[in-house]
Amino acid sequence: MSTLTRYRWWFVTAAFLVAFTLFTAEFQQPQTTAVLAATLRQSTPLVLGALCGILCERSGVINIGIEGQMLMSAFAGFVVASSTGDLLLGVAAGIGCGMLMGAFLAFLSVSLRGDQIIAGTVLNIAAIGLTSFFFQQGRSLPSGKTSIIKIGPLADLPVVGRVLFSNRPLTYLTMLLVPVLWYTLFRTTWGLRTRAVGEHPSAAETVGVSVVRIRYLNLILGGGLAGMGGAYLSLEAVGSFERMMTNGKGFVALAVMIFGRWNPVGAWGAALLFGYANAVQTQFQFRGWLADDPQFIGMMPFIVTIVVVAGFVGRARPPASIGQPYSRE
Amino acid sequence: MDDPITQSPTNDPPALEAVGICKRFDTVVANQDVNLRIGKGQIHALLGENGAGKSTLVNILFGLYRADEGEVRVNGRPVRMNSPHDAIDHHIGMVHQHFQLVPVLTVAENIVLGHEPTRGRGLLDLDRAATEVSELGKRFGLEVDPRATVEDLPVGMQQRVEILRALYRKADILILDEPTAVLTPQETDHLLEVLRGLAAEGVAIVFITHKLREVLAVADRVTVMRGGRVVGTTTPAETDQAGLAEMMVGRSVVLRVAKTEARPEAGVLEIRDLHVRDVRDRPAVDGLSLVVRSGEIFGIAGVDGNGQRELVEAMTGLRMSDSGSILLDGSDITGRTPRQISQLGVAHIPEDREKHGLIGPHSIADNLVLNRYFRAPYARRGLRQLDAIDNEAERLVADYDIRTESIGATARSLSGGNKQKVITARELSHGARLLVASQPTRGIDVGSIEFVHQQIVGQRDIGVAVLLISAELDEILSLSDRIGVIFKGRLVAIADAGDLDRATIGRLMGAGADAA
Repeated sequence: MSTLTRYRWWFVTAAFLVAFTLFTAEFQQPQTTAVLAATLRQSTPLVLGALCGILCERSGVINIGIEGQMLMSAFAGFVVASSTGDLLLGVAAGIGCGMLMGAFLAFLSVSLRGDQIIAGTVLNIAAIGLTSFFFQQGRSLPSGKTSIIKIGPLADLPVVGRVLFSNRPLTYLTMLLVPVLWYTLFRTTWGLRTRAVGEHPSAAETVGVSVVRIRYLNLILGGGLAGMGGAYLSLEAVGSFERMMTNGKGFVALAVMIFGRWNPVGAWGAALLFGYANAVQTQFQFRGWLADDPQFIGMMPFIVTIVVVAGFVGRARPPASIGQPYSRE
Repeated sequence: MDDPITQSPTNDPPALEAVGICKRFDTVVANQDVNLRIGKGQIHALLGENGAGKSTLVNILFGLYRADEGEVRVNGRPVRMNSPHDAIDHHIGMVHQHFQLVPVLTVAENIVLGHEPTRGRGLLDLDRAATEVSELGKRFGLEVDPRATVEDLPVGMQQRVEILRALYRKADILILDEPTAVLTPQETDHLLEVLRGLAAEGVAIVFITHKLREVLAVADRVTVMRGGRVVGTTTPAETDQAGLAEMMVGRSVVLRVAKTEARPEAGVLEIRDLHVRDVRDRPAVDGLSLVVRSGEIFGIAGVDGNGQRELVEAMTGLRMSDSGSILLDGSDITGRTPRQISQLGVAHIPEDREKHGLIGPHSIADNLVLNRYFRAPYARRGLRQLDAIDNEAERLVADYDIRTESIGATARSLSGGNKQKVITARELSHGARLLVASQPTRGIDVGSIEFVHQQIVGQRDIGVAVLLISAELDEILSLSDRIGVIFKGRLVAIADAGDLDRATIGRLMGAGADAA
């Protein structure tokens, strides 16, 4: 099947959304720009979480601890940034914290061959408990959150300029990571080995690929991505830490990953769709449109989810070996 | 018993040698003091029943298992075999019984996995991989499209991919674990030819099988194993089928099933134009029709994966059919639930006994009443009647010669043959109308095979209609009264057993009606 026919519903959806946006931009340019910019903002943590999920599941390990990894990293990043005053150090701490949690997940599910769902749940519960316990009210970032970087004259273009070329650093980095991860997953030896391990670990092992090593590597790298998503929340989106600030984003990221059929580019598209629904909803409430039915507006992102899942996605096939601990004998 | 000196034409050390190998799994001794020598350019058959320890031995040679004692030598030098990586480093290649291929990857990706050609810094060079795979295929008579996805290939082609993968890694020692089990007779002939060609180029080949005919046709030497030990090593010139069989089993065996002429009566099962899809939503059974009469065994011959599984699942209510009908004694059972169908007198011996035949962690007694635990006398007013269950279980264990310490032991603890006896007892002990037996003797010992075969023939003789599905052509030929050959979800031929010979069935299995 050609790419065109296989993803026809995605193309139809995308074309419709673009047409709709252009149409509204004609009449309501400021609002449209705001919605699109918010789409990108809302989608960033989802993309990072989904990329983490893709790295883990493509190698055969279910990671439902993304939520916990993000929350803990948001906290770690915030604490380091607020006490040192260095945002870069804060981001590094967030990524490092995610990687540590990834390594811990790998230890539980790969080395000890524990149940992967339980191992992920351990991360989630630990993150909620630890961050609530150590959380101190009144801390703040001395230097404020990450600042907007305008990309030269591109940033002055109408609509597109504000949406794409005047963002904060982690948003740019995320947009860059999507094609990079797609390329590594499908065009490098590491990617081929990852996919082989996720589909048929014993086959990979018989040709000398170490299942344990690949899974550790992917879980740690994936943890780093989720950690970056956490750092994004506290250091770039909000500028402070709040209790339970991930608010289910780690779980939505899993849905995004499945939407995107375990493909970085697909997940990016799916995250944008979620982000868009959310942004439209916010904009409606902000403007007071349909103010008589706020619940109806609040429901919109979920309606989009249901319609897309039921209508367009079809049956996605996960990597064959996910959820099963691997042992050689 | 020790292996006599291998007479290689020169004084070279043997390419591959196992010395004093011992391997235990918990309390089971899988290999006991095993010695084996394979010379360069030799085809060495390793023969034995299921459970004789052949697979354990070659898994040790390939580094998948670690031996408890003994050593492996390559070209005369002892080597450490801790992982397949070590084996590959010593140019040992293995073609596994259950193909170790990643279904969603392409042929080329599968072949180069682990030894990928790159354009530097880990970037895959898939074009170069495809070219190299094509060239390798041409050179050894193993052509296969390098860009095809493995899951779309027929089994015979997948096996070529496995062999090519070993050759791509420059293997000069090749181990094949039951390579012909999944092939048609014609594909088998081609494979044996390829092996001869490889041997002529100096590749040492270890060829595991339990098919005597192939051993005699292709092997230079034969080593027979039984109960984890080497019974002896010989050459095809010094022995024959009966001799090898006796070495394998330790007693002389009857290779044919004793049965009388069938006396078929009215039709019991009738299938009309049945269409069923497989897990991946592709047509698997594609317009199949047949009639099985009371008192006859209808055998379905075919290579695995031609719709047999879906046919059986549709008949037993485990899978919905698209269209067509299945009639039992004239009434339509299409779309009924598995329990309704079972209550109507359809006995089912499933293909995968571990997965679909038994509940492993439950007791033997519970498994013996699994198809009737919910009704009297085994349950009353929703309460299980344990005495009735135990009495029935004791009776069946005695009648069907199930070897176990207690009916309370878990089903999982039984040997393969005894598991099959539990299923047979459960399905056949309460008056079946139709028996659907799918691969009923796969992977069980010769004694149990004889028992199961007798049961099947016995059911036929008391008027049960029997539908037998087996990938073992010999089993189909020795049991069936009528034979249908299945190919791509249709029966491409139906005939009385006497009217079809091996070669014709083999051709039909491989290529459908076009071939005959």
